[in-house]
Amino acid sequence: MTGGWRDTIRIASRLLVRDWRAGELTVLVSALLVAVTAMTGVAFLTDRVGQAVEMRAAESLAADLRIESAAAIDPAYETLAFENGLESARMTRMPSVVFAGEANSLAAVRAVTPGYPLRGELKTAERLLAAPSVTNDVPPPGEAWAAPRLMARLGVDTGVTLEVGAAQLKLTKVLDFRPDEGWSFVDLAPTLLINGADLESTQLVQPGSRVSYRLLLSGPRGAVRDAKPLLESRLAEGERLTDIEDSNPQIRSSMERSGRFLNLASMVSVLLAAVAVAMAARRYSQRHRDRIALMKCMGASRRLVFRSSLLQLALLAMAGSVVGAILGFMAQAGLAWLMRDLIGQALPMPGFQPAFLGAFTAISILAGFALPDLAQMGKTPPLRVLRQDLDPPALRYGITWLAGVAAVLILLLWIIRDTRLVLTIFLGAGITFVALGAAGWLLVRLLRGFRGAAGVAWRYGLSNIARRGRESVVQVVAFGLGLMVLLLLSTVRTELMETWRQSLPDNAPNQFLINIQPHETAAMAGFFESRGMETPDLVPLVRARMSTINGENVTQMTFEDPRGERWARRDSNLSWTEALQPDNRIVEGKIWSGLPARAEVSVEQDFGRELGLSLGDELGFNVAGETLTATVTSFRTVEWDSFSPNFFMVFSPGVLNDYPATYISSIYLPENQRDVVLDLMREFPSVTAIDLDAVLGQVRDVMDKAALAVQAVFVFTLLAGLTVLWAAVQATRDERRYESAMLRTFGASRRRVLGGVAVEFIAIGLLAGVLAAAGATLAGWLLAENLFELDYGFSAALWVAGPLAGVLLVGLSGLAATWRVVTHAPNSVLRAA
Amino acid sequence: MLRARQLGKQVTSPEGPLRILDDVGLDVRPGESVAIVGTSGAGKSTLLGLLAGLDEPSEGRVWLAGREVTALDEDGRAALRAENVGFVFQSFHLIASLTALENVMLPLELSGAENARDAALEAIRTVGLEPRKSHYPHQLSGGEKQRVAIARAFVVQPEVLFADEPTGNLDQRTGEKIVELLFNLNSEFGTTLLLVTHDLELASRCNRILFMEAGRIEREEETRSS
Repeated sequence: MTGGWRDTIRIASRLLVRDWRAGELTVLVSALLVAVTAMTGVAFLTDRVGQAVEMRAAESLAADLRIESAAAIDPAYETLAFENGLESARMTRMPSVVFAGEANSLAAVRAVTPGYPLRGELKTAERLLAAPSVTNDVPPPGEAWAAPRLMARLGVDTGVTLEVGAAQLKLTKVLDFRPDEGWSFVDLAPTLLINGADLESTQLVQPGSRVSYRLLLSGPRGAVRDAKPLLESRLAEGERLTDIEDSNPQIRSSMERSGRFLNLASMVSVLLAAVAVAMAARRYSQRHRDRIALMKCMGASRRLVFRSSLLQLALLAMAGSVVGAILGFMAQAGLAWLMRDLIGQALPMPGFQPAFLGAFTAISILAGFALPDLAQMGKTPPLRVLRQDLDPPALRYGITWLAGVAAVLILLLWIIRDTRLVLTIFLGAGITFVALGAAGWLLVRLLRGFRGAAGVAWRYGLSNIARRGRESVVQVVAFGLGLMVLLLLSTVRTELMETWRQSLPDNAPNQFLINIQPHETAAMAGFFESRGMETPDLVPLVRARMSTINGENVTQMTFEDPRGERWARRDSNLSWTEALQPDNRIVEGKIWSGLPARAEVSVEQDFGRELGLSLGDELGFNVAGETLTATVTSFRTVEWDSFSPNFFMVFSPGVLNDYPATYISSIYLPENQRDVVLDLMREFPSVTAIDLDAVLGQVRDVMDKAALAVQAVFVFTLLAGLTVLWAAVQATRDERRYESAMLRTFGASRRRVLGGVAVEFIAIGLLAGVLAAAGATLAGWLLAENLFELDYGFSAALWVAGPLAGVLLVGLSGLAATWRVVTHAPNSVLRAA
Repeated sequence: MLRARQLGKQVTSPEGPLRILDDVGLDVRPGESVAIVGTSGAGKSTLLGLLAGLDEPSEGRVWLAGREVTALDEDGRAALRAENVGFVFQSFHLIASLTALENVMLPLELSGAENARDAALEAIRTVGLEPRKSHYPHQLSGGEKQRVAIARAFVVQPEVLFADEPTGNLDQRTGEKIVELLFNLNSEFGTTLLLVTHDLELASRCNRILFMEAGRIEREEETRSS
């Protein structure tokens, strides 16, 4: 007997081809393909949508990367960027009073070079109130474009000449929109956009003038990723590099949520497909024990048998990876095509990485869930050729499945890099598995009591479930799991997505009011009341600078996170409250009730982490020259995408009373009530209103795109759920067919056999359906509460849909699988056995 | 060609240890055909399994083709079988996912033979099944399945052929044809045959008959064929 690899490869590949031809591998290969297709399809689509979303998010920076400094930026950065395949543009920004004849107003003058904005588009109009259109240009030298607010303050329209510093520039267009408008407090003055070439003639850049320089960079994703650390390593004192990650917290928050939904979908698909692979591999190994015994009888060594199984798996993994990746690519292309109108822009092409992910998925699923069964199959004793009852030693499923789960866990942790999400899902899946198993066992046992209660079909069907005890439990678990995911997808998903979208309702605040003086608060309440509008919440704000953490001077501290460094060096906005707003959630510590004895502060979780804070830390602040200390008593998360006024640091009431405060607020004004703002400005001249519509639009757009992608991606999960159902039906198909043929042989009528099979499957389907509804309710609630931080309501529909879907899906598929038995002569089934 | 000394097999049953084979000794010469007969549970198949190295005895030794089977590990026994042994079983043991031809090719492929297909085709022709070579087992009758199994056993030209109730699943007429084929090929190749059966008429076609009862060889008879 030869045992070399060449012979093994020849034997393994031939047997595999023959198995494939005889239909022995259909379920296994399908399950594998679903896993790889789901993984690669999701990865391809996530990659493309992610790129599109990032590009959209990048618009709020007008670039992929931005270097900002109070001193002129070294041209060496541009050279470096150019060498790395990036485009660049410059913006120089300074406040200046602009004159139009006698009229004047403070403006934020922005001098830009051609190419600006690198991401997003400018919108301009020929004159005030005219329809804006997109432009790819910047103002030509000698011309200026002004924001409508500036033109309103100056009382001019296009065509006039403006004095900007020492230069005379012709106002040629209304600057209706620029993508990097943002809404930070520095962006208060309306914009005047001029050409960078005119900057010198304005003579605005003088020693001591408040100029800020920006270098904007953009390019292909890989180039941006590579260039970022290079640029970061060269940053000089006072220079700051920003990318989309730290640009807009609202968009970031939306992106994180959609990323979680997408990863959840692909993870659940892979886990389900793994279950299907395990079931298919088990059936394959059971059906092939005779072959192994025979091969050994003919002289095949254990090594040859094991290597041959290993090679077959490797070949399957290879074929599955390639075909799955192609299918995944086609599937995402199809989905992208279907969504083309909704996405509203051509998606960028995906990278190659998802194909490798597919290969890793195939290998880990096969190694984790199919190899143990196939290796066990190799231990079939040769004596089985004489004694059919001899099986290989029983597989310790606990250990092997643990190995399989570990393999997939490592894979997912590596891909998804969101430890909390992965562990939550795994823990959830584990608990679901055990709970389904325990409940299934209990229900199967309970069924024994009903055996004598009904007709022959019922007795036969129900006794089958009880007799097949373990297999029945496995089937109830598999069906239950498949159904649970289908239910989660069809109902919970829609509700989760709706809840998410509703977190930014149509009447989300679109105007931010700042700089409201304390003495104006009562009058402002009256202003809204007189217009029949609800008085908005006025939130106090005190400007301060953090001076110490636990008595140590922050300027002398080093922070692990560069963002922490930045936070410690800049002014902060502080506020106080008696009770937290609904979009804030305490994650650690406790919020005060009433008036605490000492000064307490609640810190936003990420902000706290970046500064390295923990509960009980003493924070010192410099407020208008005085020192204030407060103890960190809680950390909280903030839904930044709610667009309500929110703060990194909120104090207990009374602490900030003695310091100069202003108030801020946010209101929603429908399109037809915009004149309220004008009235408000007239009545309260010191108050500034910031229009958030543009930012809101960007966030809504990101949300819609992400939501669509998520919906589409759940199709894969659906497929994986159906594969589990299929594998579960196939698992006992041989035995069932044989038994039914036997019954037919003994004279049972076609109706009776079918009735028995139907009862068995319907009962299993019903059990699985009930368990699935319970599981889906619990899982939906856990997901909403813990992972997505949304409030989730109980759904009665689940309890109808679950059992009904179970009875229909499982009953019908079970009947379909055994149909041949009653439509063909029993002999053909018995002979094939 | 085949020798056993003090061969015994004990298994554990719910009622305690059970001896299913006790102190069996035998010698089979090259080219000889020997039948083992006995009632169900007499230990015939257990003996066949031990002689072919498919199982390990509790005590005693077995030699096959000059090598001690009982001194070899499982892979060693497999290698020995690959070189010297062919099998025909009562329930045919054809692989359901392979065609008739592929079933015959399998032992040749396992031994790394170069011309597996041609040799298997020749063997299929010898048993008269060429027209059905591409059929799967479930498309063949019982007699046809056993003919495929015989072709598979002889295609590697084994020195020893073990046959376990080769006609047990066949009707009388088909059984007779199969027996005819088996013995013809046996004499053509000069194969040593060890046949397990409870059919005395079939046994009488062998050179010798060993009668088994309760795990022991009770007596031995030379037949007219010897």
